Amino acid sequence: MNAVVIQYRKTKSTLFKSVVIFFSLLCTVPLLCILYYIVSKGTKEINWHFLIRLPMPVGEAGGGIANALSGSVIIVLVAAVIAIPLGILGGIYLSENKDKKLAYWSRLSADIVQGIPSVVTGIVVYFWIVKPMEGFSALSGSLALAIMMLPILVRITEETLLRIPNSFKEAALALGVPYHRTMLKVIVPCGLSGILSGALLAVARIAGETAPLLFTAFGNPYMNVNIFKPMQSLPLMIYNYAISPYNQWHNMAWGAAMILLIWILLLNILTKLATKRWRVQL
Amino acid sequence: MNSKQLKLKILIVVAILLSGISLLMLSCNGGSGSNSTKSGSNTSASSNNDDNTLLGAGSTFVYPLFSKLFYVYNQQAGIKINYQSIGSGGGILQLKNKTVDFGDSDAPLTDEQTKSMGADVLHIPMCSGAVVISYNIPGVTDTLKLTPDVIAGIYLGQITKWNDPKITSINPGVQLRAMLIAVAHRSDGSGTTNIFTDYLSKISSEWQSKVGKGTAVNWPVGLGGKGNEGVSGLIKQTPGGIGYIELAYAIQNKMLFAKIENKSGNYITPSIASTSAAGNVQLPADSKVSLTNTDAANGYPISGFTWALIYKEQDYNNRSEKRAENLLNLLWWNIHQGQQYCPGLYYAPLSPEATTVAENILRSATYNGRPILPGNNK
Amino acid sequence: MDNTLIGQPEKPLLKRRKAKHAMKDVVYEIKKESRFRKTLIIAAISLIILVMAFFITLIIGSIPSFKALGIRFLYGKTWDPVNNIFGAYPFLLGTLITSFLALIISIPFSVSIALFLGEYYPKGWFSNLLKNAIELIAAIPSVIYGFWGLFVLVPIVRQMEMKTAVLPYGVGILTASLILSVMVIPYAASMGLEIVKMTPLKLKEAAYSLGAIRYEVIRTVIFPYAKSGLLAGILLSLGRALGETMAVTMVIGNSSRIPKNIFAPGNTMASVVANEFTEAAGSVYLSALIELGLVLFLVTAIINIAGKSIIKRFSKM
Repeated sequence: MNAVVIQYRKTKSTLFKSVVIFFSLLCTVPLLCILYYIVSKGTKEINWHFLIRLPMPVGEAGGGIANALSGSVIIVLVAAVIAIPLGILGGIYLSENKDKKLAYWSRLSADIVQGIPSVVTGIVVYFWIVKPMEGFSALSGSLALAIMMLPILVRITEETLLRIPNSFKEAALALGVPYHRTMLKVIVPCGLSGILSGALLAVARIAGETAPLLFTAFGNPYMNVNIFKPMQSLPLMIYNYAISPYNQWHNMAWGAAMILLIWILLLNILTKLATKRWRVQL
Repeated sequence: MNSKQLKLKILIVVAILLSGISLLMLSCNGGSGSNSTKSGSNTSASSNNDDNTLLGAGSTFVYPLFSKLFYVYNQQAGIKINYQSIGSGGGILQLKNKTVDFGDSDAPLTDEQTKSMGADVLHIPMCSGAVVISYNIPGVTDTLKLTPDVIAGIYLGQITKWNDPKITSINPGVQLRAMLIAVAHRSDGSGTTNIFTDYLSKISSEWQSKVGKGTAVNWPVGLGGKGNEGVSGLIKQTPGGIGYIELAYAIQNKMLFAKIENKSGNYITPSIASTSAAGNVQLPADSKVSLTNTDAANGYPISGFTWALIYKEQDYNNRSEKRAENLLNLLWWNIHQGQQYCPGLYYAPLSPEATTVAENILRSATYNGRPILPGNNK
Repeated sequence: MDNTLIGQPEKPLLKRRKAKHAMKDVVYEIKKESRFRKTLIIAAISLIILVMAFFITLIIGSIPSFKALGIRFLYGKTWDPVNNIFGAYPFLLGTLITSFLALIISIPFSVSIALFLGEYYPKGWFSNLLKNAIELIAAIPSVIYGFWGLFVLVPIVRQMEMKTAVLPYGVGILTASLILSVMVIPYAASMGLEIVKMTPLKLKEAAYSLGAIRYEVIRTVIFPYAKSGLLAGILLSLGRALGETMAVTMVIGNSSRIPKNIFAPGNTMASVVANEFTEAAGSVYLSALIELGLVLFLVTAIINIAGKSIIKRFSKM
């Protein structure tokens, strides 16, 4: 009798375990499927010319994505320059003043910003920058992306710094090191790779955003490095080519999608490396 | 530990260098930007000294043609034109906000829009395009014939099966089974929808009172696909599907499309020739005319112009006269030499009649009250 | 960026510190310290200002629509741009149905992953692989999800629908929910993983020593402990699902009528904005779309605040 019950319980346990394993594995299926689709469609398109040439009109072979690639890099880089200092400072504040009212509200704000749909961000930045300045610019696109990066940075900085033992800070302060030096020269460097990985993760998250760029960075068929002028970017290009009626452009969109994916993957791998180092240090 | 820290340091140095470079770029460009404007903070597209780059925005429908035209024009005249397909409504909005030099719309400005622009806006026809009715009935490879009544009936949800007598009676040789009609339409606001609903409003009073015309309407039946791509995807993949798409798209994707009965009672296959024929009508001086349900005997009934939109008075926002000239010359080139590139991309070129009207409109543009183009610029 | 530059003028000061200017240096340092604290506070405040500014911009943008339609906007059942009648009810409904359906589909997956990585196999190459895969799912841009959905998922759903009585559209609420469920798995899973890992070892060991086996430990110790954490994770992924734009737009079918069943095409608030904002010609039309953005903003804000407060209560436990 007892043995039967135990057998029953054991079976149930094994059954549950296999269900868990099954579901866990099942959710990698769509991922593999997506990767396969993009790689098989995209590799046909990609070659050296594809990367260094400007786009061509329909019917002329040999167009490239040089403008979109450089534009994407610049827009994302400027977004990072805007968002990273602010995000890290905000994160430091939150980790240092956990229970203050202001911290509560700004943490809440960060969460709300993270929840804002990207389309809405684009519209709002349009009304803030593009309309008053009477001109589209890569800078306004960068700002929209920076807003999207901010909450990720704030949260990761806060979490990283909270994990650093309090004794570090206490030791530095006890040695007479001023507060700002303690933070910038002791605490932040300790969590630096954590923060760095947060920054990379944030960049990876926004690199593929289309909607906020539609009304801000605008796009540009020519090479442009002036951030006060309209600039092309990869996601925008993919979007424009994908809704066009020409197969040739669709194929280019797939090629561009693969480049974008490779870029995002690289950023993720870098993030991984940074996180690993950080774990070792702690 | 040491080597790790070293690597980290290198990483940081690289990061700082990168941000430094971009900051430098930021400040450099900021400097040049403010030099070129009188107001300092105003670095708008319309008031910088780089008058050889023009900005346009609007219709997605005309985007492939424009990308070809502007590519050729850049090689010939050295002027760069940055045209972005953000949609006709977007083009109008951007022109109103003066963020672009010209807009492009598949529908002329409404009275409300004209009022809100605050200044006279010129409509210059660029080319015309056809909207075709494509379908997917398993086992049917013949070209269907459709009458205005049938199309309206299908889109109003009154004809729901492919073997409806109204369809079979005009297609005697075609085997049509009792299959449900899956109606597809555009989900995003689009000029294509505007042309199609404009047509439906003209041929069916019921449609006009119930639904009306616009870039996006409250569809009585069917499902929406985003862009031509979405709609044709729905048609191709849904047995019994029907939908409206651009001619270029249907030809490129080898889709079946119907002959449609026009006002004169002829069944017309949509083509570049029949679309051009539809545009060969008496144009009003402002060219704001709807081509749907054309009077032309050989004209395909569902087609429309796409218009470039510019301000009549080009002296606004510190724009230079050079910039205005460049813009006008570009548009002049578009309606003359540029027209040869239309057929290759399945757009219908302007008829001679329409070209003359467009010329007159372009000549009416002024800079500080003076006409920009000479009287007989050929 | 200023902070990295602060170091430069300091070096000579440091050398002099030993001499008579020590007092001056202290004052200088104190000044800098207070400046640093102020900078931190400004950074924190700027986050709040950002949200406020968003809110105000959206409110100003939706004034024309509010004047023209009033509260009817929220419960009106027709969306007719031609006659300037804008009722957001079908989109509210569409948003809620897709998001909740996506959550229900994703829960078994995210809970399984949380247990797999947190309880069964916390270490080892395979769980590392799975962890990376989950992170990748979060990293793929939503446009790419949309494409994949359109080309792979839609035909599969259509095949399913062919066997039932409904019209085989392929696109629709169900397809959108499926795509969304894949996209939100990482959020709920990573949250759940943290919580499952946090279950005190003491509790688990006590349960084992009483003769409980794995499944019973999970059911009677881990689940009750992690319940509210999982709930918070699910709420946060709900917030994500509500605002998702590109992928949903591409597969939901985009119909402005109230969906009759889960196979029918529908629309969400985000997809309407994405579809129609570029072509919105009339001022009331444009403003109605901005008002949709405002509603979306408020809804996601409320959900985030709710998820937040649950986590807060949990961490106090």
